[in-house]
Amino acid sequence: MATQAPITAVLDETAIPAPRRMALQVLHDWVMTVDHKKIGLMYIGYALLFLVVAGVEALLMRVQLAVPNNTFVSPQVFNRLFTMHGTTMVFFVGMPILFGFGNYLIPLMIGARDMAFPRLNAFSFWISAFGGLLLYFSFFGGSGLYGAGTAPDVGWFAYAPLTAKVFSPGHSTDYWTLSILLSGIGSVGVALNIVATVICMRCPGMKLSRLPLFVWLYLVTSMMVFVVVSPLTAAQIMLMLDRYVGSHFFDTQAGGSAILWMHFFWIFGHPEVYILILPAFAFANEIIPVFSRKAIFGYPAMVAATVAIGFISLSVWAHHMFTVGLGPGANTFFTLSTMLIAIPTGIKIFNWLATLWGGKIHFTVAMMFAVGFLFQFLIAGLTGIMLSVAPFDWQLGNSYFVVAHFHYVLVGAILFMLFSAFYYWYPKMTGRVLSEKLGKWHFWIFLIGFHLTFDFMHIPGLEGMPRRVYTYEADRGWMLWNLIVSSGAIFHAIGTLIFVYNMIWAFFRGHVAGPDPWDAWTLEWATSSPPATYNFATIPSVASRRPLWDIKHPEDPDSNYEM
Amino acid sequence: MSATHILAFSFGSPTSIFAPAGTPAHSVFNLSMLVLGITAGILLVVAGLLIYALLRYRHRSASTNSEQEPPQIYGSNQIELSWTVIPILIVVMLFLATARVIFSTEHAGKPSTAIDVVVIGHQFWWEYRYPKLDIITANELHVPVSNSRQPTPTYLTMSSADTDHSFWVPRLAGKMDLIPNRINTMWIDPESSGLYLGQCAQYCGTQHAKMLIRVYADDPAHFAAWIAHQQQPAVQNPAAAEGRAVFEHNACISCHTIAGTVATGRFGPDLTHVASRDTIGSGSIPNTPANLRSFVDDPAHFKPGALMPAMHLNAHDLDAVTKYLTTLQ
Amino acid sequence: MAEINASPAFVPHMPTEDWHLPSRGVVGIACLILAEAAIFIIFVVAYIYYIGKSINGPTPHDVLKLPVLTTICLLSSSLTVHFAVVALYRGKRDRCSLWLASTVLLGTIFLAGTAREWYQLIYHDGLTIQTNLFGTTFYSLVGLHATHVIIGLFMLSLALIFSLRGQVTSKHADRLDVLSFYWHFVDAVWVVVFLVVYVLGR
Repeated sequence: MATQAPITAVLDETAIPAPRRMALQVLHDWVMTVDHKKIGLMYIGYALLFLVVAGVEALLMRVQLAVPNNTFVSPQVFNRLFTMHGTTMVFFVGMPILFGFGNYLIPLMIGARDMAFPRLNAFSFWISAFGGLLLYFSFFGGSGLYGAGTAPDVGWFAYAPLTAKVFSPGHSTDYWTLSILLSGIGSVGVALNIVATVICMRCPGMKLSRLPLFVWLYLVTSMMVFVVVSPLTAAQIMLMLDRYVGSHFFDTQAGGSAILWMHFFWIFGHPEVYILILPAFAFANEIIPVFSRKAIFGYPAMVAATVAIGFISLSVWAHHMFTVGLGPGANTFFTLSTMLIAIPTGIKIFNWLATLWGGKIHFTVAMMFAVGFLFQFLIAGLTGIMLSVAPFDWQLGNSYFVVAHFHYVLVGAILFMLFSAFYYWYPKMTGRVLSEKLGKWHFWIFLIGFHLTFDFMHIPGLEGMPRRVYTYEADRGWMLWNLIVSSGAIFHAIGTLIFVYNMIWAFFRGHVAGPDPWDAWTLEWATSSPPATYNFATIPSVASRRPLWDIKHPEDPDSNYEM
Repeated sequence: MSATHILAFSFGSPTSIFAPAGTPAHSVFNLSMLVLGITAGILLVVAGLLIYALLRYRHRSASTNSEQEPPQIYGSNQIELSWTVIPILIVVMLFLATARVIFSTEHAGKPSTAIDVVVIGHQFWWEYRYPKLDIITANELHVPVSNSRQPTPTYLTMSSADTDHSFWVPRLAGKMDLIPNRINTMWIDPESSGLYLGQCAQYCGTQHAKMLIRVYADDPAHFAAWIAHQQQPAVQNPAAAEGRAVFEHNACISCHTIAGTVATGRFGPDLTHVASRDTIGSGSIPNTPANLRSFVDDPAHFKPGALMPAMHLNAHDLDAVTKYLTTLQ
Repeated sequence: MAEINASPAFVPHMPTEDWHLPSRGVVGIACLILAEAAIFIIFVVAYIYYIGKSINGPTPHDVLKLPVLTTICLLSSSLTVHFAVVALYRGKRDRCSLWLASTVLLGTIFLAGTAREWYQLIYHDGLTIQTNLFGTTFYSLVGLHATHVIIGLFMLSLALIFSLRGQVTSKHADRLDVLSFYWHFVDAVWVVVFLVVYVLGR
């Protein structure tokens, strides 16, 4: 029988006297840190800041669109708002926050003390952060604040030839290009770190078949990043060459192709949204089992489905180009590939359903958000299937139906699951539990806002309203729906404010969490809250997928049963 | 689908995709009903199961074994197989139905009675040319009504002079993009006369939102009359000679064409018959003398970001040229 | 339900002798190579997409000559860097320095040859990145590759300097091996570029 080391060897109980430090010392500590936990928190904090900024941009747009022929903002400002809103949300909210959670939790979950390359980790954060600041500097650069400066106004996917020097003079497009280039370098850095960490730094006994699903999903996400961010980087280099060196990659006057930009962009852009959703699945895979008090149903199938999604997602990109005239052969192929990806995605939903089935479901706030995610992701997936039908997309593509669909995924699925993750892991990160009471207010108000805005947003799309319009005609019958959609924005704002307040309040006054407030089963809950800098005093070793279950149920460990 | 169905579906919007008035739109509508049916079915089943599970298996602290963990089930290969195979079958069915519509729309045979129109997208207006009829016009597209016994569809050959645009008239067909250095084609066949609305559906710059589309489906007599009228050169009304002089001596001629005069500019819309149009500014402004005057004075008044500059004419010249333009029926 | 878990528990401790995981450096460089390969693939796709589509100007057939000497040099440098790594694993630092120096030399000859080719194309044949689609895709693809060669040579020169100063030992052989993977990648890309640009495209 192998020697048993008591868990106190894992938790270091020695009280370390912590003298009050000067603010400058604290700041220096954070700026110079290479600790994955601090870097993870910086990513998350940074993303939350940009979430508020991009949210305000959305609010401004919804005020403008509440009534037809409104003059709240000029068309030039509106076009900058939707460009900045989309670009910020994808690159400076979505990517950082998801990589922030990964950074924080992956070493803890695999029993490691840090990521594989701590200095690369810090570099990746700072270069992404600089990218975000560069993007927002565009408001000030050039003509200054009046008229919103020279913020980019080409849309977040910046189609050629609108981005050519002749149609987008000045530097606004360049701010877009360069800030995303920098963010892309950061993303590749984090992804590299995650892959190296997961492959090379697992604690003894943690074979790949015993990895928490959270870690599996981040592994697949990171592999996708390498193959997916590079096409965008390449396309942006080409765009810069076109704009400044006189090359002709997308110069239609010289025989160049506008379609080529679309192909390159969407080869990045579609898998990118899977890169954004897979971490949300990662959260669900940890949170739903714990609050159902059951192991995840079908672990191998979940891994297989994830890998399948990763691969198939690389083959669907031209469903963003159904209206571009690629021909019936291509349209048919991409319809098929897009429909196929629904299958592993559906398998995941069914496995979550089976996890709930027969369990004992505890409706903590984290679980409430996870339940919201389940329903809303189901609906979003179904509207996605509708859009995969190319002829239906010929009507609905580039309309508000598409906007409603992707916000259903981004807000209804990803943001809801992010909220769930906050309520679940905030105690680990800070040592305090968020208020469940405030959390319930947050949940219900945000839920109402979400459905007011994004359910009704489908209707103008079905009635012919295209996207990216700063206003619309009164005779189209869109006004009532736009008004309802805009009214939901208030609820979003209030719900978010409650959430921010909850995080601040709980930091000072929340219940003390202890190492394992949720009675969970993965290794991060075997550390103190927050964990010591070195995570584990002794590196643990594991014999199953749920090491803490084995400890808590020594008479019936998982290792007896795992498939 | 009966007329009441169509009205009900359309929620009273003149651009609803659920009020098809042409063959491509009908094909999409029919397919969409199948798709909506399948997805609604899936939603009911899965959401129903979810709701049931959440209610039935919620933790009740009052029950006797509330502190015990429930039985841990790790998986089941048969179940995984079943919920893989069933979705595959649904996908196959949906895919085949879709492939059929894709090919029937994109590979439809072109009858000899089809009308050909070349559509060129501009920032922020539509150029329409009828090559076989020797007509060039802008912003208001006239096409013949087509009935199934004697189909006279209109085939649109499309490209762009600058950035990407997209032609979307929901009641007639799905959209098709206009891309520079590329030719795309689509066809429409309105089944009853009337005005069909749409707008540009690919972000093309500042005034993308006001690049509206007006398709007039005319019965055969009206269509023939319209063609004959459009084929005439510009009206030469002596009462408007002063305005015409203003037009010809200003920069107007470098962007606009008026057939039969020295104005042969191609950057802006053809104005030969501008007064016969219901709207100006690509469908966004009613064509009244007051609006016309205001637009010529400063287009940014209606369409900030439109590429036509303010002409800075004095009030007298402005009145004269407006009068001239209103004579161009 | 959620009590603070204060009871002592046991983390089973298994013997660690059998637990071997791949090296971080190797995994790291593999990921980087994957990402860089994806960038190159896009530039190659652009090159292939635009073959024959230039509306004017010199064509590949008109102006390109097979770069035989430089290719031989670059591909040989893969061999020399391999020998450098093997030498370092065996602790033979002087040998390692010799092979590293050969690698740097061969790489430099490649760059010089490319520079000469470009000089000829720009000043005698009138082909620049602005001239036509061929110019655009040629200079960007070959230039991207040359940039990677420069970075690789810089790193190899650093390794050479450390080696000459006696500061590397067989402990560092793993790191040199990882660097050599990067260099092999750069050579492999050249094989693709050579085939697409100088063989297929002409």
